[in-house]
Amino acid sequence: MNAASAPRQGARRARLLAIDENGHVSHHRAADLPSLLEGGDLLVANDAATLPASLQGTHLRTDRPVEVRLAGGHSLAAHDVTRFTAVLFGAGDFRTPTEKRPDPPRLQPGDELALGPLRAAVVRMLSHGRLIELAFNHPPAVVWEGIARHGRPIQYAYVPATLAIWDTWTSIAGRPVAFEPPSAGFVLDWAMLRALRSRGVRFATLTHAAGISSTGDAELDRLLPFDEPYYIPRSTAVLVRRTLRRGGRIVAVGTTVVRALEHAARLPGWVLPGHGVATQRITSLSHLRVVHAIVSGLHEAGSSHYELLRAFQDDPTLQEMTAQAEARGYLAHEFGDLVFIARGRNTFSRRLTA
Amino acid sequence: MTDPSFIRLRVAVTGGTSGLGRSLVRELLDRGARVAFVARHRPDVERTMLDFPTAHGITGDVSRKEDVHPIAIQILGALDGLDVLINNASSLGPVPLRPLADTDCEDLELALATNLVGPFRLTKALLGSLAASARSGGRPVVVNISSDAAVTPYENWGAYGASKAALHHLSRIWDAELTNEGIRVVAIDPGDMDTPLHALAVPDADRLTLKQPETAAREIADQIAAPANPADAGLHEVAQ
Repeated sequence: MNAASAPRQGARRARLLAIDENGHVSHHRAADLPSLLEGGDLLVANDAATLPASLQGTHLRTDRPVEVRLAGGHSLAAHDVTRFTAVLFGAGDFRTPTEKRPDPPRLQPGDELALGPLRAAVVRMLSHGRLIELAFNHPPAVVWEGIARHGRPIQYAYVPATLAIWDTWTSIAGRPVAFEPPSAGFVLDWAMLRALRSRGVRFATLTHAAGISSTGDAELDRLLPFDEPYYIPRSTAVLVRRTLRRGGRIVAVGTTVVRALEHAARLPGWVLPGHGVATQRITSLSHLRVVHAIVSGLHEAGSSHYELLRAFQDDPTLQEMTAQAEARGYLAHEFGDLVFIARGRNTFSRRLTA
Repeated sequence: MTDPSFIRLRVAVTGGTSGLGRSLVRELLDRGARVAFVARHRPDVERTMLDFPTAHGITGDVSRKEDVHPIAIQILGALDGLDVLINNASSLGPVPLRPLADTDCEDLELALATNLVGPFRLTKALLGSLAASARSGGRPVVVNISSDAAVTPYENWGAYGASKAALHHLSRIWDAELTNEGIRVVAIDPGDMDTPLHALAVPDADRLTLKQPETAAREIADQIAAPANPADAGLHEVAQ
């Protein structure tokens, strides 16, 4: 499938492939998303804004250029910005496909990095030569300013133009805690929220620190998604509970929302409000307790995003989805077209609950 | 004195190092709010932070497109969200003030960039956070500092007056559109104050006749605390 090559060419003009609970496929405009929802449903989106998490700089011991991509944090607390999980690349930038990027210099704990106005140190190596825990040697306010002013959005070679920060923020973007955009949320705008309200569809948000989606290294990609902190407001937990009790559907905008809600699902029909860290992988064997349907971008089979879709529909249905999307020229990735996938009758979840 | 409705309220003020903005920072801190302020010049920001050590100072220029998202990120990083945004930073346009026919197009553009487009961009960048505040039971509000020059056609105040009139109307429309999201947008005219901006505009004014910015800051804080009232939308003239 071809990738969308410009920011926001998706959003309002994107197309939307829908799969209902019987596995039937239909085609729509993304702007018509409200017509797929019914009064009493609850649409839940991730309101994380996206940090400009790519920092160019120098590995001081070797004086060689590096690109640091912040890929995960420990919590969503605003003061907790001194330690990150990060993926490092050697010289170059997003214009070179990640799988062709040179490796960074051989890294050791204690190595120092100069990243624009910021200084950081390698705290320890994680399970891969390019994956590190990194610490900024500054107070939080200095780190925020350094990232805000020196950082660039993480981006990939299939979008040739340099992204601005605003290209990576959804309309509802709030606290800047995501490392890549929670991109399914690009479909939302304020007019759509109004349209949803007039249909009797409720809207709620959670905040989930969407992590890096691709590292260009198959071994490293297999570790994705990393653990991701999230926050579910009490008001959202209340709406989830009320919606389920009244027989409405929970429709998640994006894989991060599924991950957070299902991680927080403790008892049937109930998600725990507050802070958490999503550590689980959602696959074809996952039992979905809360989410009935997902709005997502299109992703390649084998990616962690695609794996998550297998919790909603069986493989033949998803293969049919991919075939139809390819035949009709749907565009993949974060600025591309969308799918709406209802939880099917033949999935593991449904068999368990039946 | 702390004010229960301000405890833990997260407030950002632009143009926070002089005049009304500085008085707002002091007033809001006194009432118990958590405050971030923005100004263009780092030495001014640092000096103000020495005076108000619990406030978060941010260096940036709201009239510059590239500065707006870095400012928003730092506001949210300092306050962990946002309940109140006060767009206070203003540009007079060309000084000394002059007739519109003698105003350079670039000066008009600069006044619009600071007084209209800057507040629009910053509000838009922070709207998601304000909506999140509303969904969580807060009463978020955007305060756009306006002027009687937004309504009365004073000669020689063309660039400033036109930009403030546009900001005023933007506030009214946005307030109507955001009512259902639980976000208020108000334009407030603080009156003629004894501030550096006023001195620049009217160098020979009798300062004794001017309102103190501390008084205006108190009145604005009272309006932020006031319960939302649909009839409030539009230009507030605080008592003078």
